[in-house]
Amino acid sequence: MCKDCGCSLPRHSHDHSHLHHQELHTNPQLNDKKTLSVIHKILDKNDVEAAHNRAHFEAHNITAFNLMSSPGSGKTTLLEHLKEYTKLNYAVIEGDLETSRDADRLIAKGITAHQIQTGSACHLDAFMVHGALHHLPLEGLDICFVENVGNLVCPASYDVGTHKNIVLLSVPEGDDKIEKYPVMFRRADLVLITKCDLLPYFDFDVEEAKAQLKKLNPDTQILEVSIKQGESMQAVAAWLKTNLRQTTVGEPQ
Amino acid sequence: MHEYSIVSALIEQCEQHARANQATKITRVDIKLGVMSGVEPTLLETAFETFKLDGICREATLCMTLQPLVIKCLDCHQESVLAERSIVCPACNSYRTQVLDGEDMLLMQLEMEQEDER
Ligand SMILES: Nc1nc2c(ncn2[C@@H]2O[C@H](COP(=O)(O)OP(=O)(O)O)[C@@H](O)[C@H]2O)c(=O)[nH]1
Ligand SMILES: [Mg+2]
Ligand SMILES: [Zn+2]
Ligand SMILES: [Zn+2]
Ligand SMILES: [Zn+2]
Repeated sequence: MCKDCGCSLPRHSHDHSHLHHQELHTNPQLNDKKTLSVIHKILDKNDVEAAHNRAHFEAHNITAFNLMSSPGSGKTTLLEHLKEYTKLNYAVIEGDLETSRDADRLIAKGITAHQIQTGSACHLDAFMVHGALHHLPLEGLDICFVENVGNLVCPASYDVGTHKNIVLLSVPEGDDKIEKYPVMFRRADLVLITKCDLLPYFDFDVEEAKAQLKKLNPDTQILEVSIKQGESMQAVAAWLKTNLRQTTVGEPQ
Repeated sequence: MHEYSIVSALIEQCEQHARANQATKITRVDIKLGVMSGVEPTLLETAFETFKLDGICREATLCMTLQPLVIKCLDCHQESVLAERSIVCPACNSYRTQVLDGEDMLLMQLEMEQEDER
């Protein structure tokens, strides 16, 4: 049962019995010392909360996307402009502390947004996202975006309860970032190369970026995007539409 | 520096296991870190040495095993341990592979001292 919302969604502290062999065996040399074999994911608590968040989203038939990138790659700008290209109803959980005005920027465009007060956190975790999602009217939404803290390292380790990861890499940052931050790009379901209108001014090799990404994550799609090129924004909207969670039979439409 | 939040989750787990086993002290914490788990081992170690001081892990040593990427090729069925961070099969250059290990961070084992029965 969720205390924040009074909802009946359970938090499954999932059954570890299969991988959780608690063989407590006494070390023969030292009578008072015991060795306990555990095999436990270190971020297990976060993962349980993430599953709970997903249950919230799914109860409202919402698909949630986690947006990650360096600061300034264009996450907020993309969310501001996307509205013009899709009929899908979306809201944003804003966790980017670099620009504390991000939620206000979105609200000014008529987009529902809630700012998480991250303090000095370098990533969002599932607990922060849970707190925020109870501030959003989930009814009638198709998509909930989580704009993560601008950082290509820390957010990669945390499941926040979204369904897919979208990682942005802007042209001015350089094509070597995929190789430098392999964990983040390995976890991407979609990579957006943003600010592609700037390609003529930077030595960003799109083919090289694609080759690097393929070595880490061959199934990921790459889209070249610029907010100044409407067609590229339509491609993002189309990807979102085809990547909505499949509604299972029997679930309310 | 998410290593600090990872370490606090780790120490919390250690404390739970200690309570469940009536341990008074944890003397060793064994963890396994995948090279693609997204944590920096040296930062994790520093964080552990700082955070352990006010809890049951006070005197514990942290033993880290670094787990390289292990993949299984779906084309040539070869299992490989990789030195570089890529999931391409070194035997046949196929991209159709499955990662078997190297992406997780796991608590593996704890060594603890229990209440003296005197
Ligand atoms: N030229 C160009 N600039 C962009 C584009 N997208 C974003 N920007 C600019 O990049 C800067 C940072 O964008 P912002 O959305 O705040 O990045 P965030 O930190 O990832 O949310 C802003 O000045 C944007 O106007 C784009 O497609 N082309
Ligand atoms: Mg932003
Ligand atoms: Zn809840
Ligand atoms: Zn960090
Ligand atoms: Zn092969």
